[in-house]
Amino acid sequence: MSDHPPDLPLTEPADAGSDPALERQLLVLDVNGTAHEVLCEPRRTLVDVLRHDLGLTGTHVGCEHGVCGACTVLLDGRPVRACLIFAVQAEGAAVRTVESLCDGRELSDLQKAFAEHHALQCGFCTPGFLMLAEGFLAERPAADRAEIRELVAANLCRCTGYQPIVDAIHGCATARRAARKEN
Amino acid sequence: MKPAAFRYHRARDADGAVRLLAELGEDAKVLAGGQSLVAMMAYRLARPRHLVDIGGLRDLDRLRVDADGALRVGALTTHHTVERAPDSVLGSGFAVVRETMRWIGHLPIRTRGTAGGSLAHADATAEWCLLAVALDAELHVLGVRGMRRIAAADFFLGPYTTALEPDELLVEIVFPRPAPYAAVTEFAERRGDFALASAAVALDRGGGRPRGGRVALGGVGPVPLRAVAAERVLADGGTFAECAEAAADALPDDGPGGGARYRRQLIRSLVRRACEEADAR
Amino acid sequence: MTARTPEERHDGHRGRGVPDRPGHRPGGAGHPDSAPGDGPGPLVGRSVPRKEDPRLLTGRGRFVDDLTEPGLLHAQFVRSAVAHGEVTALDLDAVRRVPGVVAAFGAADLGLGDITARLHRPPQEWAETAMPVLARRRVRYVGEPLAIVVARDAYAAEDGLEAARVTYDEREPVLSEAAALADGAPLVHEAAARNTLVDVAPFATEGLDEVFAGAHRVVRVEARTGRQNALPLETRGALARWDDRADQLVLRTCTQVPHQVRTVAAGCLGLDERAVRVVVPDMGGGFGLKCVVGREEIATAAAALRLGRPVKWIEDRKDALTASFLAREQHYDVRAAFAADGRILGLDADIVCDMGAYSCYPFTAGIEPLMAAAELPGVYKVPAYRVRGRAVTTNKAPSAPYRGVSRPQYVMVMERLFERAARELDIDAVELRRRNLITDFPYTGVNGITYDPGSYRESLDLCERTLREEGWYERRDAAAAGGRLLGIGYACFNERTGYGSAAFAQRRMEMVPGYDLAEVRMDPGGAVSVTTGTMSHGQSHETTLAQIVADTLGVELARVKLHQGDTDRVPYGWGTFASRSVTIGGSAVRLAAERLGEKLRRLAAARWDLPWEETELHRGTVRRRDAPGTCLPYAELAALAHFRAQLLPKDLEPGLTATASFDVFHDGTFSNATHGVVAELDAETGGVTLLRYVCVEDCGVAINPRVVEGQCRGGIAQGIAGALFEQITYDERGEPSATGFLDYKVPTAQEIPDITLFHLQTPCLSNATGAKGVGEGGTIGAPAAVLNAVNDALRATGTELDTLPVTPEAVHRALHGA
Repeated sequence: MSDHPPDLPLTEPADAGSDPALERQLLVLDVNGTAHEVLCEPRRTLVDVLRHDLGLTGTHVGCEHGVCGACTVLLDGRPVRACLIFAVQAEGAAVRTVESLCDGRELSDLQKAFAEHHALQCGFCTPGFLMLAEGFLAERPAADRAEIRELVAANLCRCTGYQPIVDAIHGCATARRAARKEN
Repeated sequence: MKPAAFRYHRARDADGAVRLLAELGEDAKVLAGGQSLVAMMAYRLARPRHLVDIGGLRDLDRLRVDADGALRVGALTTHHTVERAPDSVLGSGFAVVRETMRWIGHLPIRTRGTAGGSLAHADATAEWCLLAVALDAELHVLGVRGMRRIAAADFFLGPYTTALEPDELLVEIVFPRPAPYAAVTEFAERRGDFALASAAVALDRGGGRPRGGRVALGGVGPVPLRAVAAERVLADGGTFAECAEAAADALPDDGPGGGARYRRQLIRSLVRRACEEADAR
Repeated sequence: MTARTPEERHDGHRGRGVPDRPGHRPGGAGHPDSAPGDGPGPLVGRSVPRKEDPRLLTGRGRFVDDLTEPGLLHAQFVRSAVAHGEVTALDLDAVRRVPGVVAAFGAADLGLGDITARLHRPPQEWAETAMPVLARRRVRYVGEPLAIVVARDAYAAEDGLEAARVTYDEREPVLSEAAALADGAPLVHEAAARNTLVDVAPFATEGLDEVFAGAHRVVRVEARTGRQNALPLETRGALARWDDRADQLVLRTCTQVPHQVRTVAAGCLGLDERAVRVVVPDMGGGFGLKCVVGREEIATAAAALRLGRPVKWIEDRKDALTASFLAREQHYDVRAAFAADGRILGLDADIVCDMGAYSCYPFTAGIEPLMAAAELPGVYKVPAYRVRGRAVTTNKAPSAPYRGVSRPQYVMVMERLFERAARELDIDAVELRRRNLITDFPYTGVNGITYDPGSYRESLDLCERTLREEGWYERRDAAAAGGRLLGIGYACFNERTGYGSAAFAQRRMEMVPGYDLAEVRMDPGGAVSVTTGTMSHGQSHETTLAQIVADTLGVELARVKLHQGDTDRVPYGWGTFASRSVTIGGSAVRLAAERLGEKLRRLAAARWDLPWEETELHRGTVRRRDAPGTCLPYAELAALAHFRAQLLPKDLEPGLTATASFDVFHDGTFSNATHGVVAELDAETGGVTLLRYVCVEDCGVAINPRVVEGQCRGGIAQGIAGALFEQITYDERGEPSATGFLDYKVPTAQEIPDITLFHLQTPCLSNATGAKGVGEGGTIGAPAAVLNAVNDALRATGTELDTLPVTPEAVHRALHGA
């Protein structure tokens, strides 16, 4: 939502006495290229709004204190913890979630790499790792395996032991580089 | 783990933010990147009634080296911006600032977390706090009465406690002079954790040989500390090992967590490694 | 034996295969003549892509918290702030006045039955205690649920919690196994004298004391392991609503054991089991924590019934760490007697497991000590054995099974005993193991267990040879010369998988798990639906069980769909735990598919007027054995069975459905493995880095080798977590140390090394697939191997560590003194 004035006053000045829990604000969020209007309390985190107000449940909640990374989404292309951002802070930014990775017909190369390397078991952490990798590879297409391992350490997975996730992201990066060279 | 209710205020500029803070008083908190504050709110360890979101203050998201050679870091500059800053912006004298960023959490924290937010949060193990103390940074603070400058040494008063008044906003961090021979190192059980202990060393060099320098330690006290005894060893031409020994010896017996003996060993090791790294630049 | 190295390692090294040897054959024995052609079918044994992946990769998985209902309310729990005491007042009035709060109920408001797990053992071995759904008066750990608060959203529910006023009359908490057993200790449960819930001594070889008195060497290990959280990344949760049309409570919850949740929910709520439908959506891991019945899902259901509205509860991470189910806190004092030639002569063990505040349902607090006492001798020929196993109760969050259940601990103790004995006897530790490993199968041990064939010796040999050939022994010695600290450690172990009813009956649980049921159904177009009582939550059953069915019937994998986790839809079952699903559930599925195949053959045979035995299944058809060119496709037969019943012979019922059960009436089947680890210690920081990890495992026939590898790697990561990182401790008031992931140190990709896997294949001879369980082995072997490697690196100091987790500070202490 680039046409949304970033400095729009959203609340009246402080009014002692009224209960802030009852106050809701109208937000406009740009998620996966679509503008969504949401009426919610300012305390709602971005991940809760994505999941419960917009029904985009592909992004998961694992810890709500920014460590596990299950809620990782892209904000203006960069991976962020959606549990450590209030939805109201995401106004004016482009949010991308796992639902945007595939056009509904075919998995993306990154998603395919995860399947090929058995980089997911229960699949709960997977959307977070996918978005982490998606944002990272866009900025660092030439990253080597050690750098990818350091990246993967940003999120927690309890099933895979991480090695297949590192391999999947590395494999995807390598294939993308090879494809670029050919073109 | 849902935050308590608060009123949200979006600041349009720094002056407006400061006016809002003055109006709202002690019940208000500044929301920058939110990477520490929102987590504390999720545990309801922090429950401000008002949040003043300064995220839209683009003026505070800037990074440059002045003509006088000082590095000026806008308060809203993210760790990631610094981490990705080219030499043309940072200058070769501040590579240590860039390289320290990799110790801060992980990428998705660094893309949101800000220099100013980290300094104002004042965790005793935070990398920005350690850098500020080690490199004699000056913190520029805006209040309704105008701007004041606080030396890093005077800024940190205790764990999560700074010299900032409730109606003041940290707007810029100035590292006054290049530190080409500097390094930060730390130890945590997992990479990306808050450090058990950390050390920053900035060596002065004349004619290619170390001649004094600054040593700062994190995680060993309520705030990052200058290791005065260790600096004295450096000034007197002592070895790095002697410097590290002095830093460890000066530690109190009742530091936070862990055994004192272990913490001493960590500091001894970290200071020596930081000295060697700084010297190898 | 066949060995396969699956992957080229990323440092450019390629693992080696080993030459075939007789005795360990792939497939064959587990595959009776059912599949068309010979030997294993075309899908079993292949790493086919997972059927689960497309939805999970695109955000279309449906986990409990992804579900919603019109008018949905959200619940959270008021929890005890003290570890031990009496609640003198629980005032929820202010809670009910909080904006957005709809209701708040304490135990007295809901009047629910207790959750009581039972063993059928005499009182000297077993103390029965009950776990109320909400604590009534007595509270026994910090975090124990006292009241449920229901609100319009999760935020308001949490606002409500803060308004609860609870006053306590505090009692002295019991916070360690030693304190629990001390004379005059306060009692956690009045019914459990000396705070002991289970106290068994199942084996005491006559003359054991004389064996020890006459032994060449006696070594002793006293070991402790930290309290861990199994930590599925998806926390617990439930969504409950009453369905008027079905006259039924629908409880959607993430559980490994849907039918057992149904039994408890019905019992606590006073409903027929028929009137409770437990449905499990996609599940974000379990690892045992979700194979017990929790209190919160029952309270959530009760609140939904009371309010007549759907209610959802999603556990937050703080509660998941502090107030769900924990595991693994054990104390061992074990002596082993050795002959001069290195033979082990006897084992004398005292095992105490700190099971926290309550017995978990359905397994009871016996889960850990009964496992450890029965299985301690493991892969070794131990001629004399005495053991006492106890479960004590303390004021900590209760224990539940966690991946491996006691085996990570007792394997660690056994492997420490062998390492220590090797030093004292001056025999190489690997050689000492070799002299004692079971090599002739079947072998009946001193513990009365009969072990089916495995590759104990072969896996050890291959693991050691790998590390030797890669030069790690030379590197270790060179490192020592250079002042660096490298160590090499091993763990040899087996793992009983596929516990049948007979094996579980020995535990004397009131409800005896073991068998499983499956149904295979073909629709009129020839597509296949499979239902199973097992409950995949990451293990890939939608793929692996479908592989088994597809092979058995000779249909395409894409035409087979597995259904699980719905007590109205699937036959009665015991869910997924104890590495049972492919061995038992997979066998049931295979038998049901075979029966369906027989019905297809009977249909075709009737058309040809042949005895059905003279037909066979072949690639989606039934064909004549005497004329293989003559065949009938399934679609035609399925249409016949459904649409033209008038043509069926009298002895054939319409439709195409077959059910089967499978159970194990002996001691189960044993997977085995050897892990080899190279660790380096940082002498200054005490940090431990794992430089190399090799695992040689044997789970019989691997239905899907890549899935097997995934289970191994993930299991090893959890084992390393327990060895080096994770622990919940309690302060003197009983406050847990970890309320988040900054304190509970789950290892990341930076701490878990790449792992090289080798597969040996000694098929299970006693089930329908040849497969042995593989879900837990990785977790079992890792703590022992890592600890041995650390101790090997410490060998110059003369200090040995026997407490997990091995923290950097502990390493530092070992190197430099306190």
